[in-house]
Amino acid sequence: MNEILVTEHLHKEYEGMTVLEDINLTVKKGEVVVIVGPSGCGKSTFLRCLNGLETIQDGRVLLDNEVINPGRKNLTKVREKIGMVFQSYELFPHKTILQNVTLAPIKVQKRDKAEAQKEALALLARIGLEGKKDSYPRQLSGGQKQRVAIVRALMMHPEILLFDEVTAALDPEMVREVLEVILALAKEGRTMVIVTHEMAFARAVADRIIFLDGGQIIEEAAPDAFFTHPQTGRAKKFLESFSYEKK
Amino acid sequence: MNTLLQQFGFDVLFKGTNMLRLLGGLGVALKISILSVSISIVLGILLGILMTLGNPLINAIARVYLEIVRFMPQMVLLFLVYFGATKAFGLNLSAQTASIAVFSFWGTAEMADLVRGSLNSISRLQYETAQALGLNRAQTYLYVLIPQMVRRLLPLSINLVTRMIKTTSLVMMIGIVEVLKVGQQIIEANRKASPNAAFGVFATVFFLYFIVCFPISMLSGYLEKRWENKG
Ligand SMILES: Nc1ncnc2c1ncn2[C@@H]1O[C@H](COP(=O)(O)OP(=O)(O)OP(=O)(O)O)[C@@H](O)[C@H]1O
Ligand SMILES: [Mg+2]
Repeated sequence: MNEILVTEHLHKEYEGMTVLEDINLTVKKGEVVVIVGPSGCGKSTFLRCLNGLETIQDGRVLLDNEVINPGRKNLTKVREKIGMVFQSYELFPHKTILQNVTLAPIKVQKRDKAEAQKEALALLARIGLEGKKDSYPRQLSGGQKQRVAIVRALMMHPEILLFDEVTAALDPEMVREVLEVILALAKEGRTMVIVTHEMAFARAVADRIIFLDGGQIIEEAAPDAFFTHPQTGRAKKFLESFSYEKK
Repeated sequence: MNTLLQQFGFDVLFKGTNMLRLLGGLGVALKISILSVSISIVLGILLGILMTLGNPLINAIARVYLEIVRFMPQMVLLFLVYFGATKAFGLNLSAQTASIAVFSFWGTAEMADLVRGSLNSISRLQYETAQALGLNRAQTYLYVLIPQMVRRLLPLSINLVTRMIKTTSLVMMIGIVEVLKVGQQIIEANRKASPNAAFGVFATVFFLYFIVCFPISMLSGYLEKRWENKG
């Protein structure tokens, strides 16, 4: 199987404080890797290192065997191949839904406007939002905004998608509609790295679970194995924090 | 009717060319305002954007510039440029050019500060999202940050523009014929004939400034509403 994304000895510090330590991860084509771990363990930082939003102090990140290096000229080219969706959606408030999802294809990839709009409408139809194409983001619910943000990332035809707790800011009744979109993408064979606090979803969608704690990979396992038989005390403790049963 | 006009000193306006002279004064003031406001907006936006790029040299220079403008009263600057520069460096600045230079120097600094503030108030994640989509820095500013900045900037810059228009009354200090100065001349000339001229003249001057500044703030209110509805 071919590797799309590789990190080698990735080391990240904020002002001398180590946030990520010696992270080695390989993501193969079509694979869904889910990263879980306690708050502050470095999950978001790790995703941001993957598309060069953060500088790293040691090691390297490779996409298709090409080094991702913040500050390098080819960074925007590399980023076109990596779709990223944030917890807070970050739609552009001054643009309509259609403009939001076609901006980068038209301006960055120089695609034909009519063709980009046609694809956008087809994708919006798939998530049931083609009727919102001329609405502005503030007229949409959180779940709708997040689905539009996913479409915006898909419009670039990325080789890999990064999701950072994309349901964490949503009301509970909207979580499902977003997770279903991601599950459908997984079924299509999309390559994804997902950070989430939704453990049932993680188990359902993942090919592989990475448990991150204190900036290090503590466990790496198939989902069923991780959730039924965590190998380390830290993972056990982490998983227990999700159950409300009295001990 | 005539006595009523006289009592409030409006009668002087109808004597000779007084009203025309007042309007002419407003014209000069407006010309100075419009030119300095336009220059300030263009240069201020450029400088404000430069200040958000994180270049330490640009930031240091801009800081000094902004501090100078903040602590130097405009009148001092005006005298410095008009009398100082003209006499000391042999520059032959007209009073109008000097005023435009000083008001632009001042307006650019305030505008740049507003632009920087507006840009910084946009969530960092908007910038990062655009970057993650592959937009380069120029595209990110052009399509994502500046349109949002303009909306935040509008009410603030309208306030600055009206302040700049009002401050043009300062230029009478260096002898440009301008609304307030014409007003004062009319009052002086009519001290005997209509002792209440001051009220009439200044009320008219106030009204003239009002009809210039009011439409501007109406326009800003309208644009703000429109943009708010658009998201
Ligand atoms: N810009 C920054 N400057 C300094 N420290 C930072 C910065 N961003 C994150 N950190 C620190 O890095 C560590 C990892 O943060 P990160 O946001 O990656 O955690 P996380 O696993 O995503 O947490 P959460 O589940 O709460 O989102 C934390 O200790 C955080 O305080
Ligand atoms: Mg996080």
